[in-house]
Amino acid sequence: MAARQVVKIENVSKIYSLGDVQVEALKNVSFSVEEGEFLSVMGASGSGKSTLMNIIGCLDTPTSGDYFIEGRNVSGLSGDELADIRKHKIGFVFQGFNLLPRMSALENVKLPMLYNGVKPHDREGKAMEALEMVGLADRAHHQPQQLSGGQQQRVAIARALVNDASMILADEPTGNLDSRTSLDIMELFAELNRKLGRTVIQVTHEPEMASFSRRILTFRDGAILKDERESQV
Amino acid sequence: MISIRETASISFRALMANKMRSALTMLGIIIGVTAVIMMFAIGSGANRQISERFSSMGSNMLIVRPGADQGPGGVRSGAVNTLTVEDAAAISSECPAVAYAAPTYGGGAQVVYGNQNWSTSITGTTPDYLFVQEWTVASGTIFTGQDVRSATKVCVIGQTIADNLFGNEDPLGKTIRVRNVPMIVVGVLGEIGANAMGRDQDDVILVPVTTAQRRLFSTSRTGSVSTIMVKARSAELLDAAQKQVESLLRMRHRIRPGNEDDFSVRNMAQMVENAKAATRTMTLLLTAVAGVSLLVGGIGIMNIMLVSVTERIREIGIRMALGAKKVDIRLQFLVEALILSLVGGTTGILLGTGGAMAVSGAFGWAVEISPFSIVLAFGFSGLVGIFFGYYPAWKASLLNPIDALRYE
Repeated sequence: MAARQVVKIENVSKIYSLGDVQVEALKNVSFSVEEGEFLSVMGASGSGKSTLMNIIGCLDTPTSGDYFIEGRNVSGLSGDELADIRKHKIGFVFQGFNLLPRMSALENVKLPMLYNGVKPHDREGKAMEALEMVGLADRAHHQPQQLSGGQQQRVAIARALVNDASMILADEPTGNLDSRTSLDIMELFAELNRKLGRTVIQVTHEPEMASFSRRILTFRDGAILKDERESQV
Repeated sequence: MISIRETASISFRALMANKMRSALTMLGIIIGVTAVIMMFAIGSGANRQISERFSSMGSNMLIVRPGADQGPGGVRSGAVNTLTVEDAAAISSECPAVAYAAPTYGGGAQVVYGNQNWSTSITGTTPDYLFVQEWTVASGTIFTGQDVRSATKVCVIGQTIADNLFGNEDPLGKTIRVRNVPMIVVGVLGEIGANAMGRDQDDVILVPVTTAQRRLFSTSRTGSVSTIMVKARSAELLDAAQKQVESLLRMRHRIRPGNEDDFSVRNMAQMVENAKAATRTMTLLLTAVAGVSLLVGGIGIMNIMLVSVTERIREIGIRMALGAKKVDIRLQFLVEALILSLVGGTTGILLGTGGAMAVSGAFGWAVEISPFSIVLAFGFSGLVGIFFGYYPAWKASLLNPIDALRYE
């Protein structure tokens, strides 16, 4: 039985103009991600993986080619239309955590619901639920600066979970963490993927972190070099 | 788009995170609005006071004085003796638009009764003076036309004189010495109050004009008077009365056409208007200065909002990544500017109102806090917030989420 396609990238190219020079960051890339996958995108810096993440995250649009999220073509949408897609379909986890300072963990987790139309009195419960999933319910009222890096990243993951997005998009999620904490965070992603069936797409350049995923897409010079899948059990 | 209430709560928290800066930013608006409110209150208070005082003098009144009107700043030759008691009588009988006309002639004098003495002003006039001024006699009577013709030594005293010279004694029939001339008190005026210049009008003694001319303040040019007070039949007839008085006096004084009047007629209504116009101009000027400080306050808001946007580029990027639209971001910063300006404006209104009251208490100035000026100040500070908040908000909303997220 074919699972639902969450992401479908078709002949996507992205060209940046830097003055007179044109840089082709993505060259005619095609692949798809199905619901419940845990995908790692790897590659050296400049390989085009960040550009790809921006496009998948609806922060940027391809120069040519099509991008479908759950069957809907989003490649030609305007800035505000992309914002609409982001708030319903995508949960971001960043390398630098990107929590808002002076706001408690709970308020940070509630933030996406401010924009995606969840009724104010439903937000608290959903946010607490998400914090429980990442094991930080007891830190709900701490502010980011009172939390360790790993805890902050867990709050960020809870924030990515709370809007029931189609995918969690993690951009070097362990880049700012020590190795012990990094492994904890990857365990968490793996667990969310396994137990809750969440689709997770991460960018990383560390093979150790990529090894937690079940599929590795390696990029070089704006094109897919390898597409390796863990043998299904 | 998210609700205004939630936007307001985000904006409020952002402002509270930087309390000192927010307070200093508001200070510009606070000072501006305080100044506007106080200027308005003092200006309109002065205006009302002027109209009240002048209207108590009667707005259908003309004042005729000897000598040509030199205009403001010119030398008015009050020493020219061109007006007479007969002129006043003629105005009264020959000008149809005139109800009453009364000459005045007098000066300051020392008044003695028993061992009491008092320094006051003596006005020599005719009985019609009471009607011109709309004064009443509380007890006794006014002197008569016969008294005027024969320069009888009688007088009518004001309440202040009665209180100070006689205390609880009944002044009627008593003899007082005015400049050493014994005069019999035949009447006491009803209480009048202060005039437009704030002078106590009850501090006055009325005597027949002829008595003043011949017995109290005799001059070489007997018969001349210092003013003729004229009351028109109604406020509408004031201009007509003025023309009639002017042509009558030109005729009586045999002034050829083309020659200058040897007298001047002042219209009370015009004087009220002039005084009001002067206050209005002053108020407008001061309010404009206050308005400039409001403008400067607005620029302060814009300045701080621009700094705030730059400082929070990363926050903007995060919010955009989480699904905030351009309008959400724009509204957040616009509402921030609006909160600054409206809270500043409200504080300014309170301070301005308090300040105006303090001024009124300290200097005894009349102040009038009009709802109009409060609405205006509030509305204007709101407009300042929107006007100066829009550009930073618009700048924030134009940020590209990728760049904003990467901003250090």
